[in-house]
Amino acid sequence: MSDLTKMSAAQLAKAIAAKEASAVEVATAHLDRIDAVDERVHAFLHVDREGALAAAADVDAGKRTGPLAGVPVAVKDVIATKGVPTTAASKILEGWRPPYDATIVERLRAAGTVMLGKTNMDEFAMGSSTEYSAYGPTNNPWDLGRIPGGSGGGSAAAVAAYEAPLAIGTDTGGSIRQPGAVTGTVGAKPTYGGTSRYGLIAFSSSLDTPGPCARTVEDAALLHSVIAGHDVRDSTSIPQPVPDVVGAARRGAGGDLSGVKLGVVKEFAGDGSEPGVLSAFHESLEALVKLGAEVVEVSCPHFQYALPAYYLIAPSEASSNLARFDGVRYGLRTGDDGSRSLEEVMSLTRDAGFGPEVKRRIILGTYALSSGYYDAYYGQAQKVRTLITRDFEAAWKSVDVLVSPTTPFVAFPFGSRTSDPYQMYLADLFTIPTNLYGGPAISVPCGLSEGLPVGFQVMAPTMADDRMYRVAAALESAVGTLTPPTLEATA
Amino acid sequence: MAAISREEVAHLARLSRLAVTEEELDRFAGQLDVILQSVARIGDVAADDIPPTSHSVPLTNVYRDDVPVPSLTQEEALSGAPDAYEGRFRVPQILAEED
Repeated sequence: MSDLTKMSAAQLAKAIAAKEASAVEVATAHLDRIDAVDERVHAFLHVDREGALAAAADVDAGKRTGPLAGVPVAVKDVIATKGVPTTAASKILEGWRPPYDATIVERLRAAGTVMLGKTNMDEFAMGSSTEYSAYGPTNNPWDLGRIPGGSGGGSAAAVAAYEAPLAIGTDTGGSIRQPGAVTGTVGAKPTYGGTSRYGLIAFSSSLDTPGPCARTVEDAALLHSVIAGHDVRDSTSIPQPVPDVVGAARRGAGGDLSGVKLGVVKEFAGDGSEPGVLSAFHESLEALVKLGAEVVEVSCPHFQYALPAYYLIAPSEASSNLARFDGVRYGLRTGDDGSRSLEEVMSLTRDAGFGPEVKRRIILGTYALSSGYYDAYYGQAQKVRTLITRDFEAAWKSVDVLVSPTTPFVAFPFGSRTSDPYQMYLADLFTIPTNLYGGPAISVPCGLSEGLPVGFQVMAPTMADDRMYRVAAALESAVGTLTPPTLEATA
Repeated sequence: MAAISREEVAHLARLSRLAVTEEELDRFAGQLDVILQSVARIGDVAADDIPPTSHSVPLTNVYRDDVPVPSLTQEEALSGAPDAYEGRFRVPQILAEED
C-alpha cells in the first residue's frame, strides 16, 4: 500500500499545495489501491479512472484550485454526477448517466477534489447493511464476512480500506453514522438543511441529509465545510452561514473540554446493547471527563418512539418519491411488447427493477398513507416527531450535546438479520431521533469489541454542528484513531 | 390495530403499481404484520393537542426573478429515457383499442 493512501485528506491537501506530491500521483495511488482490494471489498459500483486522472491533471496544471485541491473523494451512488453512472444501487436505474451534477458535487469540484467513483449502498438507501444493493453487498474491511453498515456501506468501507481518504454519504436514519461506527471511521450527519439535497435521488425528503465520511474528525470537518451552505435550488436549505466546523475540530483536538456538559440519555440504557459496545462507550465517557467535561443524565421520554415513528414516516415519503420510477423518463422499462397497457408495463417495470426491501417499504408506506389508516399511523408519527423535537429542545437547556453509542451492536455477519426486517431496523435505534429532529450528529470510533469497531455518537442542536465536531475531536485525541486491517494479509 | 392480510398486500401492490408474485405476497404479508405490530405502540403517545411536524425546518416557497436561465436541453432531458420519439418521451399505449 502506498504511503499516499495512508495520509489524511488534510495531509494530502497540504502536500499537493506544497508540490511535495502531484495530484496525479495521489489519484493513481488510490486507483491502484482500488484495483488491488476492491474485488474483495466491493466498495465501488463505478470507478471513474479517466475522469479522476483528468481532474487531477487539471489540479497539477493549476486549472483547478480550492481548499481540497487534488484530494480524492468517493461519492455515494444516490447522488447525481453528470455523465457518470448513478444507480442508487438499483436495477431500475442501471446505466443511467445524469445530465446534471448535484449541488454538493458541484461544490466538491469547486473545492478541487478528484472524484474517484461511485460507492455501493443499500438500494435507494433503504437498509442498514448494504445487503440490499442490487449489485451485491460491500464487505467490511475489518472482517470480510461481516456487513459494513448501511445504507452507505460502500462509502464507509472505501475510506476504511484506504481506497479513498474521503467519501460522501447520505443519512436518512443513520446511513452515514452507523456504517462509520461498524467500519471504524468518522461519519457525520450535518444539520438537515445545512447541506443541499438538490441532485440527491430522494428516499425520505424530510430526513435525507448528505454528509462526510473520513478517517479523522478534522477530515470530516474539512469535507463538511466544502459541501455545506445555502442552496437556492433546495427549498429546505437553511439560509444561514455554516458554522466553523474545521476550527471547532482543531480546537477540540487540543483536548480541553472544560465547561462542556455531555447529556447521557436515560432511556437509551437497557436497550439491549452488546456489553462490549457499552463498555467502550463508558470508557470513552471517562476519557471525556478527564478532559474536563461534565456528564449529566437527561430524560428524553419520547426517544423510545423514534424508531416506530421513523418506520412510518420514511416509507410513506419513499412510496411517494419512488413513484417517479415508472419506466417513462429514465431507467428500466420491461414488458413493452406492444400488447400491454402503460399501467401493466409500469407494474412489470417496477417489479423487475425494485428489490425486496424497496418493495416492502413502498407497500408499507402506501398502507400508512391510505384512507382509514392515515391518522393512526402517518399522522400519529408526525406528532411523535414533535414530541421528540421537544425532548431535544428540553435537553439543550441543561446540556451542550447528547452522547450515546452509535449503534447497539458491532458489525454482524451477512444474512443474520435479513429474514426479520424489524431486527435489521434496530441497528438505527440510536441514530434515528436526530433525523426526526433535524439536528447534527457524528459517529467517531471509540474502541473495539470482539476485535470490531465501536462508534461513539455526539448529537448537537440544529446549526450547532461545530459543537459536535469539538467534542468528537477531543474524544479522538484521547482514544486515538483506529487502524483498519490493511487487507494484504487476506489476499 | 388491524393486521395486514394477504389480500390487502395485493391491493396495496396494485395501488403502488408493483406486480408482485404469489410468493412475495405471502412473505410481505407476514413481514408487514410484524412491522405494523412493532410500530403500533405509537398510537397512544401523542394527544390530540400535539401539532404534527412534517419538516424540521420551516418550509418557504423559493422565488426568483422571472429571468430565463439555462436549463437542460431537450436532448439532455431525453438522454435517459427508455424510449423517445421525435423529441418526446414515448410511452406504451394508454387506451386499449376498444376505448
